[in-house]
Amino acid sequence: METEGDRFRLYTRRALLLGGGQLALATVLAGRMYYLAVIESSQYTMLAEDNRVSMRILSPTRGEILDRAGRQLATNRKDYRVFLIPEQAGDMEQTLQHLQLVYPLTTSNIDRIKRQVARQRAFLPVTVAENLTWEEFAKINVDIPHLPGIKPDAGETRFYPHGQAVSHVVGYVGPVTGGDRSADNDPALALPGFKVGRGGLEKTFDNALRGQAGDAREEVNAYGRVIRELARQDGTEGDEVVLTLDLELQKFVHERLGEHSAAVVVMDVENGDVIAMHSTPNYDSNDFNLGFSRQEWDSLRMDNRHPLVNKATSGQYPPGSTFKMAVAMAALKAGVINANERIECTGKHEFGDRIFHCWKEDGHGKVNLVDAIAHSCDVYFYDIANRVGINKINEMASELGLGTSYDIGLPGQMAGLLPTPAWKREQYGTGWRAGETLIVGIGQGAVLTTPLQLAVMTARLANGKTAIEPRLVHSVGGVVLDAPSKIEMNLNDRHLAYVRRGMEKVHEPGGTAYGSRLRGRGRSMAGKTGTSQVRAITQQQRDEGLENRGIEPWEERDHAVFVGFAPADNPRYAISVLVEHGGGGSSVAAPIGKDIMNKVLDLDPSATPTLSRKPSSSTNEQEA
Amino acid sequence: MGGSLMFGQKSVKKSPLQKLRDMNWIVVLVLVAIALTGTAMLYSVAGGNMDPWASRHITRFVAMFLLMVFIAMIDIRWWMRFAYPLYFIGIGMLLWVEFAGVTGMGGTRWLDLGVIRLQPSELIKVAVILAIARYFHSLTLFETKKLTSLIIPLMIVALPAVLVVRQPDLGTAILLSAGGIGVLFLAGARAWLFVVGFILSIASIPVAWNFMQNYQKERVLTFLNPERDPLGAGYQILQSKIALGSGGTWGKGFMEGTQSQLNFLPEMKTDFIFTVLAEEFGMVGGLGILTLFMIVIGYGVVVSLTCRSQFGRLLAAGLSLVVFLYVFINIAMVMGLLPVVGVPLPLVSYGGSAMMTVMIAYGLIFSVAIHRHINISRKDSFG
Repeated sequence: METEGDRFRLYTRRALLLGGGQLALATVLAGRMYYLAVIESSQYTMLAEDNRVSMRILSPTRGEILDRAGRQLATNRKDYRVFLIPEQAGDMEQTLQHLQLVYPLTTSNIDRIKRQVARQRAFLPVTVAENLTWEEFAKINVDIPHLPGIKPDAGETRFYPHGQAVSHVVGYVGPVTGGDRSADNDPALALPGFKVGRGGLEKTFDNALRGQAGDAREEVNAYGRVIRELARQDGTEGDEVVLTLDLELQKFVHERLGEHSAAVVVMDVENGDVIAMHSTPNYDSNDFNLGFSRQEWDSLRMDNRHPLVNKATSGQYPPGSTFKMAVAMAALKAGVINANERIECTGKHEFGDRIFHCWKEDGHGKVNLVDAIAHSCDVYFYDIANRVGINKINEMASELGLGTSYDIGLPGQMAGLLPTPAWKREQYGTGWRAGETLIVGIGQGAVLTTPLQLAVMTARLANGKTAIEPRLVHSVGGVVLDAPSKIEMNLNDRHLAYVRRGMEKVHEPGGTAYGSRLRGRGRSMAGKTGTSQVRAITQQQRDEGLENRGIEPWEERDHAVFVGFAPADNPRYAISVLVEHGGGGSSVAAPIGKDIMNKVLDLDPSATPTLSRKPSSSTNEQEA
Repeated sequence: MGGSLMFGQKSVKKSPLQKLRDMNWIVVLVLVAIALTGTAMLYSVAGGNMDPWASRHITRFVAMFLLMVFIAMIDIRWWMRFAYPLYFIGIGMLLWVEFAGVTGMGGTRWLDLGVIRLQPSELIKVAVILAIARYFHSLTLFETKKLTSLIIPLMIVALPAVLVVRQPDLGTAILLSAGGIGVLFLAGARAWLFVVGFILSIASIPVAWNFMQNYQKERVLTFLNPERDPLGAGYQILQSKIALGSGGTWGKGFMEGTQSQLNFLPEMKTDFIFTVLAEEFGMVGGLGILTLFMIVIGYGVVVSLTCRSQFGRLLAAGLSLVVFLYVFINIAMVMGLLPVVGVPLPLVSYGGSAMMTVMIAYGLIFSVAIHRHINISRKDSFG
């Protein structure tokens, strides 16, 4: 019993010791609980919120680009697409392989995905496929449990309902690059599949069109599934950009130019509105959105007809005979010639030790200014150009709008070239030779113009008073852009009448574009053809006769040019047509000019005012 | 003798009704409260559904409760007589698992008995305590203090521990060993042995490291530095701490825990159920359940202190130590104080085996309490 008592006492001691130890450990747990839930609580509460709340940037709807009547040139449509978030994919290779079972991907597409994955951070989504059909999209969605990292998404994509008819003006959008992100902290740029303007007006007005990204605070679970929305700040839609273009006309121009490598500009001679501007061959703006294959892109880039270049603003060509109006106006203004003075054309003009040829080998005989324009007599213009001199020609050409670029919102615009002795010295280190003035006198040599400039020149001749400037963008976000400056020109009405008369006679019997006159319905057009040489005609060719011209390689053929305005007696519209290596101005360019001008007069877009949407608040005021 | 007065009448046979009356119904109520808390948390984890967990949890508890009462009714001497056979049945079942167990959750731990799937590694904890208590009961104090007397009880612990580690189930092995060694200490083995043993086990950590499975090493490394791999192994413990911390003093409210309702927490219905509780009911809720556990654990210690037989004392204190180890390891683990070793919170976590262990343990503790006045001679169970 004694040992039993000892054992009990020892046991009690030990049991109390062990029990006390347990109590102590329980106290440690309680202390830890207090530490976590009270002392450190605010920090963990924040982390819990971080877990729970996910900030989602809401893509703003890109503003539409509309024509003068409000017809859509660039809009947005639903886009079913699929992203890959590399970080969540685990084995990306396997995910893509599995995806192939439900949605086939091309090898080039897979390469692109892998390149992009390697380039950017792992939590940023990479676009796997866009513009899926509903069936394709649904199939992928069904298989989602087997596709870790794949995120289906229904968003918006840019859509150009008339992709080819307005491609160079409207431009295109493309994916965001790392450079964009570092230059601009717009949160929208981080959105997967977000596009920014890359060409044309889409590029120039990108900031206005893009709008303001919104954001949504969402409760998500551990798998990233959204449980509910906590708060939402909607983004603002991008501004609407309204152009002066007329879509109907634009479509017609596209059809009419067909396979030609050409450019056309149609302008309102009163206010400078560009009603049509087109360049062929071109591209479908939608293709940039969908993505090119390497071959497609290369073929666009390497094509010697330059489909990516807007020839209307970026193509520079010798104006050929269309320059003669500027020379005539300069000569009249300088008083070096009387409009009625006749100059003898024998087909050639000897100057110094060189012979300058007229296009008509046996000459025009004695011609005055009006006839010289109507028949495009070169000898006449050699003579008067020589009399007036290069500087005064340039002065007049500038006054008529050549040699400068215009702020119409299109990137890559060229200024053309009005060569001067100073330019020659700087460029070649040699002095200006008098013979060069003669060449410039018929719009050849170093003088370069763009089709847009030629349209401006024609419009100014037709207008006669105001140095109108072209305008392509009418309003942005309902705010009408300032009308281009209206500087009065200093042109003599009488001089203008002679030149216009000459242009009218171009479309009369014997004129170079008689065949391309506007027939019937009381319509009339005044114009001027031009054939600008790409290569000087050699003596040998001249000896063999010029009738074989037109069979040389395409690149060596002449450019065909036509400018005109209508109606001849009360001008409203001016047009310029340039067909690269098209051959003769009267045989190729003038018929195009005629057809388009007929269409312009049919549509008469200037008769209806350009769409201008006021902010909604002021709409009520108007109604009141 | 004062002792007789204190402990009341000796060797009077009690009727089952008397035994039922002698059960401490306050402690029973606390056990029910803990199990109901578990049911409520399982209801919350299922997003406000009794199915699939809460209803099965409560059904199981009712069954286990009846088992507990049944066990409590059985005479303590009977338990002593069957201590060794039960131990060997447990070992047999462990061996069976070794050869014909059902694999699941990364380990082979289950035994499919047709009606229920048993986890013998849970039951063996009770069996080990029974066997060691039985062993020391028959020794005098003098014998107890001899070193050679420790060989058999250490083997009783080591055999199942090795089998369990092989499954692999480190958590159970630790619990088992700690429980067994705790009984050795209570029985009266020399105190310096535990000091030496403690030092030796610290020294053997590098050796143990080599025998550990990769995932176990991973857990230990993650425990030492949870930020090591925040999206992998460290994720669980980080999310658990976020849930505990963000719960604050009063919690986010029932079914309002964002960490649990949005599935940021891992293994919510099992190992991390305490975290769910603490997130939704805050520090108050967490300390509340801890207090309830300490009441039932303390009750076991009190019972052992009032028991006449050494077997009863060691059994009651040993079993409450096992329950304490469950509770402590689980809560310390989810709070980031211990590596994640996969020990559930008994009666609260979903899963039948741990509940069965604890309810059997309380059946035995109540049995000890009911039969505490019975003197049992060292040699014979029914002395």
